[in-house]
Order: sequence, then C-alpha cells, then structure tokens
Amino acid sequence: MRRIYLDHAATTPMVPEAVEAMTRELTRVGNASSLHASGRSARRVVEESREAIAAQVGASPAELIFTSGGTEADNLAIKGAFWAGTEVGRQRVITSMLEHHAVLDSVAWLGSSASAKVSYIPADSAGRADLSALSEAVDSETALVSVMWGNNEVGTLQPVREIAATAAQHGAISHSDAVQAVGHIEVDFAGSGLDMLSFTAHKLGGPYGIGALLARRELRLAPILHGGGQEREVRSGTLDVAAAAGFAAALEVATKKRAEEERRIRELRTDLVNSVLAAVPWAVGYGPTAEGDRLPGIANFGFPGCSADAILMLLDAAGIDCSTGAACSAGVSQPSHVLLAMGCSEADARSALRFSLGHSSTRADVAALAGALPEAVQRAKAAAAFA
Amino acid sequence: MKVLAAMSGGVDSAVAAARAVDAGHDVTGVHLALSKNPQTYRSGARGCCSKEDAHDARRAADILGIPFYVWDLSDRFAAEVVNDFVAEYAAGRTPNPCLRCNEKIKFSAVLDRSVALGFDAVCTGHYAQLLRNADDVELHRAIDVGKDQSYVLGVLNQDQLRRSYFPLGATLKADVRSEARNRGLAVAEKPDSHDICFIANGDTAGFLEQRLGHRPGDIVDITGTKVGDHAGSHRFTVGQRRGLRLGTPAPDGRPRFVLAIAPKTNTITVGPRDALAVRGISAIRPTWTAQRLATEWSGEVQVRAHGHPIAATVWVADEGLEIVLESATAGVAPGQAVVVYDGSRVVGSATITATQA
Repeated sequence: MRRIYLDHAATTPMVPEAVEAMTRELTRVGNASSLHASGRSARRVVEESREAIAAQVGASPAELIFTSGGTEADNLAIKGAFWAGTEVGRQRVITSMLEHHAVLDSVAWLGSSASAKVSYIPADSAGRADLSALSEAVDSETALVSVMWGNNEVGTLQPVREIAATAAQHGAISHSDAVQAVGHIEVDFAGSGLDMLSFTAHKLGGPYGIGALLARRELRLAPILHGGGQEREVRSGTLDVAAAAGFAAALEVATKKRAEEERRIRELRTDLVNSVLAAVPWAVGYGPTAEGDRLPGIANFGFPGCSADAILMLLDAAGIDCSTGAACSAGVSQPSHVLLAMGCSEADARSALRFSLGHSSTRADVAALAGALPEAVQRAKAAAAFA
Repeated sequence: MKVLAAMSGGVDSAVAAARAVDAGHDVTGVHLALSKNPQTYRSGARGCCSKEDAHDARRAADILGIPFYVWDLSDRFAAEVVNDFVAEYAAGRTPNPCLRCNEKIKFSAVLDRSVALGFDAVCTGHYAQLLRNADDVELHRAIDVGKDQSYVLGVLNQDQLRRSYFPLGATLKADVRSEARNRGLAVAEKPDSHDICFIANGDTAGFLEQRLGHRPGDIVDITGTKVGDHAGSHRFTVGQRRGLRLGTPAPDGRPRFVLAIAPKTNTITVGPRDALAVRGISAIRPTWTAQRLATEWSGEVQVRAHGHPIAATVWVADEGLEIVLESATAGVAPGQAVVVYDGSRVVGSATITATQA
C-alpha cells in the first residue's frame, strides 16, 4: 500500500538529483583532508558543494561550517557562542519558548551545568515570539539570542531581522534555527543581520547526516568536536563528501523551483485546511491565519475531546503518515511545548496533529486525509473515555 | 480478528504476539508505559517497562512485521495499582498488584480503549487457557503448572474473557523460549522479570517506607504480651518469619511467625507455626468468570499466586464468600485473592478479609 506521506516537516524524500550526486561520489576514495591527489579530488567536491550551498543562502563560503545536521549546528551555535561569550563576561542566553529541542535543551543545559543565566521569551496565540519581551530581556550581559526562523509545529515565521537588530544593539550574538525555512522560502543570511544560522539537508530533499552552521567569519566559537581541526578548527571530523554533494544538489533543485513550489504548496495547504474542516467541522486550526506569517506547508489542527495519539494510530493504519507534538525516544508523546507556549491547555495540546506538505505532495494526499479523518476522529473520541 | 498484542519487551508477550500473527489475525503491538519515571536500562531481572524494555518490544514487533506503539498509562497505573498497593499495606493487608493491574489496567483501561479503537481482542503472554463454547468462555489453568497465571486472571468477567486471547496456555515455558529463538526474537535470552514491576530494585520494604514513613510499633504474642518492636507493619505479611528480630526466644524455643497485623494499633502478633493454620476464609467483593456459584458448592481454592489448590466448600452470599478448607493451610494473608477452581477451570475470585483456625 502506497503511504500518504504528510510529515514532510519531519523529513522529506531525497530528490533524484541528490541521490545521483551521492551515488556518484560514493565510489570516490580520498579523505578531503589528505594532501595527495585523491584527497584533493575529494576536497574539491566538498568545496564546490560549500560554495554552491552558501551562494544560495546569501552567505560566503568562509561562513559555512558543515556539521552532521541541524541538531549539531544548533548545539555548536549555542554552546560555542556561550563559551566564547563567557570569556568577555557575558553569561546570559535568551531564546524563545517555541524552539526545537535542539535549541531548548542546549540552552537549558547551559543553564543547569554551565551557570548560564537563561531567559525564555514567550509567544502569542499565533506562535510568534514576543519582541517586546526580548527587548526587555536583552542586556549587556547577554552572550547569545537564539530564535528560530519558522516554527516546525505550527509554521509561524519569526521576526528574525528585528531580533538580530535588537541583539546587535546590545553587543549580543544572534542565531536562528532555519531548519524548516531553507529551501522552502527565501532565506538570505547576509540580509538578515544574523550572526549565525543553522539548517540541514534532509529537510530539503538531501541526505540525513549533514547540515550547516553559517557563522560570520569574525565570530569566535568554542568547538564541541575537537580533533583534526577541519572546518575552521571549529568542527573537527572527516567530511562526508558524498553527503555534501547530495546536500548541494538538493538545495540547487529546491532553489531553482522555489518560487513556483512555494506557491503550489501554499495552495495545496489551503486545500488541505479546507478539506480537513469540511471533513471535521469542529477541528481547530493552530497557527497564524495570514500566508505571509507562516511557512508554506505546515498545518496544525486540534481535535477537541480526542487523543491525537489515537487519531495518529488510526490514520497510520489507514496508510497516512502525520505527526503529534515532539515524541520522546520511548515513543510516548508529550503535549507540544509550542502549543502550550501559545496558550493551549494540556488537553487541547494533546489533541493536536500536524500535517505537513512537501515536494512530493499532491491533491490526492489531501483527499485521502479528508477521507480517512471522519472515522478516525469518531473512534478516537469514543476511545477518549478510557484513559 | 483485529488483535492488540500487549508487548512488555519480555519473551512471553513476544511469542504470544507472534502466534497471533501466525494465526492470521491483524495484529498491532503496543507497549504499555506504566512507570512515571522509567529507567533507561533494565537493571537485572527485577522491574519492567524501562525504556530498554520498550525498545525490546519494538524490535520484536519489527521482526513480526506488525505496527508498534507505546501507550502511556502511567497516570492510571499510579492511581489504580501503585496507590492501591501502598494503601493496602497501610491497612495491614497484603495486596496483589498484578491482579489489580489485570483488573484495572490490562483488561479494563487497555481493553476498553482497544475496543473503542476497533480491536476485537487483547492478546497477552499470560499462561492460561481459554475454552470458547457456544455461549460462554471458560478460563482454565495453563498446562505449565509452574507458570500457571490463571490465579491473577481470576478477576476477569465474561465480557473481558470474550475479548481476551492467551496463545501460550498450552505450551511449556521452556518451549516458549526455544520457539522465540527459532523465530529470531532476541528476547529469547532475556531473563523473566520477577516480583513487582514497579519496584525495580526489589526492595518492597524500602519502597513502602518511602511512602508510608517510619512507623515503629509493638510486636506481641498471642497473649498480648509485648515481645519486640517493628519499624513498620508494612514490612510484614501473615506467615512471615524473616525480619522479626525478637530479642528473646519463644518459651518453646521454636521459631515464631507473623499471625496477624493490626493497622489501627500498628501491632504485629506473632506465634508458633501451628497457630498459622487456617481452615476458614472469609472473602468479599466476589467476581465470577461466568455463572455465579450456587449457595453452597465444593471444589478447590487457591490462596496464593503460586500456591497449590486446596479442596474446599464455598458458601456464597451477595457480600462475599465463606470458605472452609478440607485441610489446613498456613500463611493466608488478608488482602490476597482467593480464587475458586472447578478442576482446571476458574470459577471466580474474591478478596480475603479474615481467616479462621
């Protein structure tokens, strides 16, 4: 049975160009750090990939550090900037309550283990970080401000330019987790005013296992990974040549098609929202209402009185893949911290499902979801009486 | 049938799920997350439902090619099983949490939720047999006498039994393990979990003390004379000999055993072994697997999870049962279940409130 995949925000199929690029590179032998011809040929692929990727996100190649993915890029940005900041007496780290756990947990860890003073900016009911709260919180003691570009659960775009400017006014470093944005909407690092930005290949049609941290050249970051001194001595480790090639190929495809694809996805999302509401009129949409305020493909709905886990299981059995709030490794769902930050009750947060569209999504996917929802929701409601 | 296979991460539930698949059912595996604070790793053979157990269940489901989910029932489990366990000890009784879990969680919350979600039955790795007749379902002992778990299933009623599925009842435990091996299930070599699943380190006394506190009291003999002190009545159960720490030996020089626990006075009464002998049992809150027994009936009863059946006569009233045993038995603790058997068939069960010599 072909799966109806509506979880592109979790990951999205690799585009053929990326598969081809990787396959080509997998047979090359050479460590990109070696001095001989085999090494140089591998190094060349890495550098060409770096240049291509950087150009498409408004960065210079010298600003791009390859990592193992978005989580590592977030960790490096946050921990690296904090540790460098303590050297000049700055100990405060500010982030929003909307962030992915790669940011939230890194910041929390600095608070509990490294004596960072941590401040969390609240969000409004549409999932937008509160700028005035940020202005109040940031001060001359602030080492780092980190706020995501677009939220992965409800899709809300954050006022990144303003955040970067506010941070800069106080001499604080700014970072944005743009994992959900790059490849889907225009992201211009130079124009943003940010000091650092994270993204990853597998969210845009590239392979798992590789991502990037854009960081201004003059920034001093303490490394997390020590070793051979690769990537400006900030991120040691042998570079994954094939993955870098796949990353570059995927982003090239995404960038070339982006304007048209963004339009297509936004229309398909509108179709999805209308179809879901037609199928389940009492479903509640979470997130901003205006197109300009959100990422193209993410739609979040609450189904009051139901457990989202139960709906997910029933949709799964009907061949449909979607998602609830962040699940932990044991497989037990917790209510989305993003929805809670937006003012939802725990019960409402536990009733919410995220449907997300991507390059392989079609109207047939939307129709299948609308077809399966009524029965799934009805059963889930009946099951809600029992725990 | 659409079957929900409860998979603990142990070998029994994994093989049970496998057999359900082989029988042609549409099986979904579910691990019940019952602990509020699951450990990451199983430490030894005690305890259950660590994250490692969830992982083992997941891998078994992978091998069987069935969907797998984790259901969080930790709130209900804490309220219905753990809290009840502590409350019973506080009241001077000896609870059986596995029974309570079957009654309130596995064949209640889980079963009801499953039915609402479209499942026909819940499958577990319990060692017991079900015989389906035209009008009813009979619950029988397992073939493996040493592993028989019909006792802890004795609380189930017809509705619950109709939607239960126990694939292992006619197999010996040793054969279940080798079957797991043959099926390529890594859990074939995993040791069985013992004792109470929510007390991972096996220290029941410590667990209870944490929740009930240190409650010292008197130990008295059958004349009421004080013969020692105890640190908390929850450390003891009727029939227990260990841990009494009495300063002076008994007048007859023989070992003394816990005869009774009086929670109101926080007093433990001890006496010689023959004072433990019980011929009569009073029990309340009877449940019947099928037909309620007629007023007076003869058969067998079992008073401990791994006890042997004892011939008995049972008088049935609305409020409870009065049981007279044909031969005396020792160490019958209030709070435990008395399960009534007609040969290998479970007739019903009730909770022991008092015993008579």
